[in-house]
Amino acid sequence: MIEGLLIGLNTVLVPENLLLVLSGCAIGTLIGMLPGLGPISAIALMIPVTYGFDPASGMILLAGVYYGAIFGGSTSSILINAPGVAGTVATAFDGYPLARSGFAGKALAIAAYSSFVGGTLAALFLVLSAPWLSDIALGFQSADYFLLMLLGLTLVSAFASRGEYLKALVMTCLGLMLATVGTDLTAGVQRFTFGRSDLIDGISFLVLAMGTFALSEAIMMALPGKNADMFDLQSRLRTTNMAVSRCEAAELAPVVGRSSVLGFLIGTLPGAGATIASFLAYGAERRLAPSSHHNTASSESDLVNKPFGEGNIRGLAAPESANNAACTGSFVPLLTLGIPGSGTTAVLLGALIAYGIQPGPRLFIDEPEVFWAVIVSMYVGNVFLLVLNLPLIPWIARLLTIPRNYLVPIIVFFSTMGVYLVSFNTFDIQLMVIIACIAVFLRKLNFPMAPLLLGFILGGMLEDNLRRAMTLSDGSWSFLWDRPLTMSLTVITVAVLTSPLMRLLWQRIRT
Amino acid sequence: MEMCGGGPFWNGLHRLMLAVLTVLIVLPPLAQADLLARVHFLIPAGPGGGWDGTARGTGEALLKSGLVADVSFENLSGGGGGRAIAKLIETADRQPFTLMISSTPMVVRSLQGIFPQSFRDLEPIASVIADYGCFAVRSDSDIRDFSDVVERIRENPRSVKVAGGSVKGSTDHFVFAKAVAHANINPRRTVYVAYDGGGKAMAGLLTGETQLLSTGLSEAIDMARQGEIRIIAITASERLQDAPELPTLTEQGFPVEFANWRGFFAAPGLSPDRYRDMRDTLRDVVSTEAFEKVRVRNQWTRLYHEGPEFTAFLVEQERDIGKLMRDLGFLR
Repeated sequence: MIEGLLIGLNTVLVPENLLLVLSGCAIGTLIGMLPGLGPISAIALMIPVTYGFDPASGMILLAGVYYGAIFGGSTSSILINAPGVAGTVATAFDGYPLARSGFAGKALAIAAYSSFVGGTLAALFLVLSAPWLSDIALGFQSADYFLLMLLGLTLVSAFASRGEYLKALVMTCLGLMLATVGTDLTAGVQRFTFGRSDLIDGISFLVLAMGTFALSEAIMMALPGKNADMFDLQSRLRTTNMAVSRCEAAELAPVVGRSSVLGFLIGTLPGAGATIASFLAYGAERRLAPSSHHNTASSESDLVNKPFGEGNIRGLAAPESANNAACTGSFVPLLTLGIPGSGTTAVLLGALIAYGIQPGPRLFIDEPEVFWAVIVSMYVGNVFLLVLNLPLIPWIARLLTIPRNYLVPIIVFFSTMGVYLVSFNTFDIQLMVIIACIAVFLRKLNFPMAPLLLGFILGGMLEDNLRRAMTLSDGSWSFLWDRPLTMSLTVITVAVLTSPLMRLLWQRIRT
Repeated sequence: MEMCGGGPFWNGLHRLMLAVLTVLIVLPPLAQADLLARVHFLIPAGPGGGWDGTARGTGEALLKSGLVADVSFENLSGGGGGRAIAKLIETADRQPFTLMISSTPMVVRSLQGIFPQSFRDLEPIASVIADYGCFAVRSDSDIRDFSDVVERIRENPRSVKVAGGSVKGSTDHFVFAKAVAHANINPRRTVYVAYDGGGKAMAGLLTGETQLLSTGLSEAIDMARQGEIRIIAITASERLQDAPELPTLTEQGFPVEFANWRGFFAAPGLSPDRYRDMRDTLRDVVSTEAFEKVRVRNQWTRLYHEGPEFTAFLVEQERDIGKLMRDLGFLR
C-alpha cells in the first residue's frame, strides 16, 4: 500500500498535474456556484477536454472539478439559499441562517474546513478499506435501502422548528406526494402528468429546490415586512470575517469526525449517496446535540448552542463533512466493482472507459498508477481547494453586503438561469415560479420547507426500493425481518421512531 | 454558455452564421457541395448520457478527421425526447444543418404515446452504431445458458428474477420478454425488477437479489471480462467481431434479434441535395479512423443503415416492439 501511495504521489506531484488539479478546482468551483450546474454537469462538460491527456492526468483534472463543484454548490446554498444539487440541501438548513445573521464568512470557512476534513478522512478510509468495503456494499439489498430511506425520513422531526411537528409532517407528506409525479419505475405507468409530456420525467429536484428555497426567499426579501435592513455597518464588517474560534473548533471536531465516518459509509452504498448521507448526518447531530432548548442564546460567541435550523454551526459542519466524505465513499463501488453509485460516478465511469480503463476488481492490479493517482489526486484536490478558496471567501461573502434591491434580482437571475441551463425547457421556469408562489404563501404561515424537500428526495427512492423489495419477496412483508441486516435496520428505525414516546414515558415514570 | 451550445443566444448566432454561410455558399459556385459545411447536433437529453455521448463522439470524429470544420451541440431535454422532436419540426426551415440523435427508445415512446410524433415526422438520415442486448448472471451462478433460464422459469416463474436498468416495458424488459415468448412462456408470468439505471441493476445482480440481468452489452462486457459476471447470451444475429466468445441467443435456439440503434434524424422537408449532403457526411465519418477510435473506446457495435434502408429498419422495429408491447399489456 505504501508503494502504491508512492506511485500515486509520483504521478500527481509533477508540475503539469498539479496545475491540472488547480485549474480543475477553479473551474469546478465556478461551475458549481451556478445553481443547477453541479458536479455531474461540470464533469460531463470537462470530459471532452481531457481526451488529449493520459488517463491519470485526465482523472486528476476531473477529481479537481468534482471537488470544486461540490464546494461551489455549498457556496450558493449558504449565501443565497439556492441548493443547486441535492447533496447541498442540508447545508442550506443552517448555513443560510448563519449567513443571514451576518456570519457569511464564518459559514463559508466552516464549510470549507469541514469539507476538507471530510474529504481527507474519507480518502484515508478509502485507502485502508476499499477492498473489503465493497463486500459490505454488496450486502445491501433493496429492502435495506428502503429502511435506510425510511430512517432518513424519520429525521423530519429534526426539521420541525418551535415544536410544530404537525406542519413538518404535512410538508413531508406533500413532498412524498410530489415525488410520485411522472413515470413510475416499477410499472411504467404515468402518474399525475395531466397529459403533459413535460411531466413524464417527474418534477425535477432542481425546480423544486429553486422554487421553495431560492426564489421564494427572494420574494420574501422583496415583500414589505419584517426584514427592514439586512445589514448595518457592524454586520457588514462581520460578514467578511472568517475566523473560527478555538472553542468553536473544539466543539466542531467531534461533529466533523462522526459525520465523516457516517458519510463515508453511506457513500459506499451504490444505492444511497451524498444526499442521504448529509441528511442522516444532520439528523444525527441534531439528536446528539446536548440540549436544543437554548432559545435564549443569541450572543455572537454562542453559535454552537443556537437551535438547529437557525444558524447552528454544527448543523452546517455535519452535512458538509458528510457530503464530501460520501462523495469520496462513492468511489469505493466505482473503483473496486465498476458500479457507479451516483450520477457523478456514472459520468466518471464513462470517462474512465473512454480512456480505455475499466474499473473493477482488477483495476488495482492492471492499472496501479491510475488507481493510486485517482486516490492521491482526491487528496491533493482537497488540499488545493482549501488553499484556493480560503483567500477568496471574504470576497465571495461580500455578495451578501450588496443592498437588497440588487441582491434580489441577482438571486432571481441565478435561480432562473440555473433551471433553464439544465433542461433548456421554459416549462421548468413556469413550474418553478408557481412553486415559489405557493412556497411564499406556506412560509408566511410558518410551514417549514426543508421537510418538503426531504420527503421529495427520499420519496422516489423509498417507493422504488419498497416496491422492488415487495416484488422480490413475492408480495410479502417478511423482507423486513428475513435477513439479519434488514432486521437490524428495522429495529433501529422503530427505535428512532418511538424514542420520543419512550423518553416521555420515562419522564412520567420518574416524576 | 458556449459549453452547452444552446439557448436563445445560439438562435441569434445561428441565424447570423446562416446568413454568412448562405452568402459564402451561394456566391462562388466553385464549392463542391459534397458534405455539410457545418453540423449542429441536437441532443434530446442533458449532458452525460448515451445520446449525448454518441452525438459528441460523432462530432469529435467529424472535427478530427477534418470532414467538417464547424460542429456545435445543443442539449434540449424534456418529455422523454419529445421536446427536441417538436422543436425540430416547428423550426424545420431554420435547421438546415441540424442532426438530431435518437435511438430505440424513440420508437418505444412514440408507441406509448409519450409524444405524438414518430420517426415518420422526421427525415431519418442514418443509424451509426448499435448496442445489442445481453443476458448476464453472476459468475458463481449455476445457470449456464438461456435454455437453463427457460427451464427454471417453466418449473417456477419466480425462481429467476430479472434485473433491468429501466422502467417496466422499456428495452431491457421487452428484450427478455421477447426471448422467453419464443420458448412459449407467457412473459407476463415472469418477474422483472426495474432499477434506476444500469449500474444499480448490475449491483442488484451482484448482491444476489436477482438471478439474471438484462442490459446493454456495452454496460456489461467489461464486468464480464473482469470475471464478475458471465454473459450467457447476446441479441446480435451472429457472434460479434469484437467479442467472438459471446454466444448469441439465435445459436441457442431462440431466434431473437434486437439492436438498440443510435442514429441521426434531420428536420422534415429536406431538399434532396441537402439530404444527400447529410447522408454523405455520416457515411464518410463512420469510416474514418477518428470515429473508429471513438467507437472502440465506447464499446459500440457498428450498425450503419442509411436513408430508405434505415426507415425500413425502423418500420420493422416499430412493428416488432408494438406487437410485443400489446402482448405484454403495455399497449391496447
